[in-house]
Amino acid sequence: MMTFLIAVGSLVAICGILALLLVIADRYLNDYGICKLIINKGSREEDVEGGSTLLNSLNSAGVFIPSACGGQGSCGLCKLKVHSGAPPVLPTEEPHLSPEEVSEHVRLCCQLKVHEDMELEIPEELFNIREFEGTVESLTDLNHDIKRLRVALPEGEELDIIPGQYVQIETPAYKKTPEPVYRAYSIATDPHDKTHIDLVIRLVPGGICTTFVFEHMEPGQPIKLNGPYGDFRLTDTEKEMIFIAGGSGMAPFLSMLAHMRNENIQRKVTYFFGARAKRDLICLDEMKAFEEALPNFKFVPCLSEPMPDDNWDGDTGLVTDVMKQHCPDLSNMEAYLCGSPGMCDASVVALTGNGMPEENIFFDKFS
Amino acid sequence: MILAAIQPAVAEPGLFVQLIVIFLAAAFTENILLARFLGMCSFLAISRQMKTSLGLGFAVVFVTTFTAAINWLLHTYVMVPLHIEFLELIVFIVVIAAFVQLVEMVIERFSPSLYFSLGIFLPLITVNCAILGVSLFMLNKEDFGFLHSLVFGFGSGIGWLVAIVLMAGIREQIKEDKIPAGLRGSGITLIITGIIALAFVAFSGMIK
Repeated sequence: MMTFLIAVGSLVAICGILALLLVIADRYLNDYGICKLIINKGSREEDVEGGSTLLNSLNSAGVFIPSACGGQGSCGLCKLKVHSGAPPVLPTEEPHLSPEEVSEHVRLCCQLKVHEDMELEIPEELFNIREFEGTVESLTDLNHDIKRLRVALPEGEELDIIPGQYVQIETPAYKKTPEPVYRAYSIATDPHDKTHIDLVIRLVPGGICTTFVFEHMEPGQPIKLNGPYGDFRLTDTEKEMIFIAGGSGMAPFLSMLAHMRNENIQRKVTYFFGARAKRDLICLDEMKAFEEALPNFKFVPCLSEPMPDDNWDGDTGLVTDVMKQHCPDLSNMEAYLCGSPGMCDASVVALTGNGMPEENIFFDKFS
Repeated sequence: MILAAIQPAVAEPGLFVQLIVIFLAAAFTENILLARFLGMCSFLAISRQMKTSLGLGFAVVFVTTFTAAINWLLHTYVMVPLHIEFLELIVFIVVIAAFVQLVEMVIERFSPSLYFSLGIFLPLITVNCAILGVSLFMLNKEDFGFLHSLVFGFGSGIGWLVAIVLMAGIREQIKEDKIPAGLRGSGITLIITGIIALAFVAFSGMIK
């Protein structure tokens, strides 16, 4: 009994001393005081508490920088020019920075810690990004694993979006995550509707955010989001367009097609939607309505593995193969892609194979 | 006559000679990585580039040296008198974890450039079994004092550094070589590790 008490007491004492040592070290060593962020040659200055990452410091100062991975250093979206106050490029940044970017002082702000005053260059449009606390208005099943989430913005607030942009929604702490995390989703809203944000969300097995949306979210619940971000958008040319996206990749095209209908844009556009079977198709009625409203728009769903009872008489095969059959000459066309890196890369190969210049291909890769 | 003069020195070496022998044994004949195969996970993962290997290697040297010394003090002056040696595993792990945290904070504060070049590798050291191995093996050497432990920790760290730097050099050299697809990456690295380990066996017997 005595040995047991001595063992427990000693262990507690050793752990306590070590913990105390760490607390004292943290108190004195991690205290970097107030640091100044000098933004765009002094046009804006923010005082932030040192020791945190630049991404979090800017967020706390109300400047929202896009970061689809929530600061993990994997998406490479939170790039900013940092002119002073930063250490040399870190190993975690290297995979995301080209030699030109390194020479122009571009850095990943989720990887940098604020230890001293910093001089930054932030694109002006990022200052338009705001954070809202909206309300879940509805959650609608689009098929067996995709839902449309409709969020109402707070009373009196409006959000101007450019079709193709995305927002980040916050998943609060729950059993799958000890702290809130942000995930990015393309906006599917008609840009005329400035008081709502529609998102198309596919369930990712084990995904933190999608599991929350599918299993824990209910209408009436508050939801935090910030945005809009991104430069995926329609060009001003008159070129014929091809859209390629399956599943939840349809989101930005819903917004773009609504914009074309609102503005009476008559550019020719064909949307190739790839799915495995009929059960994976979504928004068929909306696509039909767009075809009626836009005489130059054609929706081409194609199934790679149709089930026997699908009675499918449309196109079959991979979406890239179907696109190649429909459009043998793409030399004077533009393409817009939205989906997984694999799908986007395969589409780029197919498009350039049929003569499309690479600079005419625009995409929104899921990260 | 000459043999007779050398004999007593061999039989009872002075402290300095003892420390040299301990260092050489820890770094070469009992190399923690190549003789005991401890610390393999970070060795395989980080040995692709010379620069990062050196960074991690030096961090391991630093941590093994000081954790071996701290753990020897705790073992000798706390655990043995209280007869709680059975807790050595848990105590050593806690000390290593806390020490790595502390080292991380100190380096971040006083040498940001070193911190940022080591940054992601520092926390890896906590889960490097070689560090725990050094502290545990140290206990097997019954006549070890504080200085012996300190040098043993330092030598073991240097041994790990030598091994990872050797491997990084080799991997940089074979980067462009045609290696069968199935062996690329960890496969060929393990085979090369085995060959280097065999070469290190040649050291054993030199120092007892």
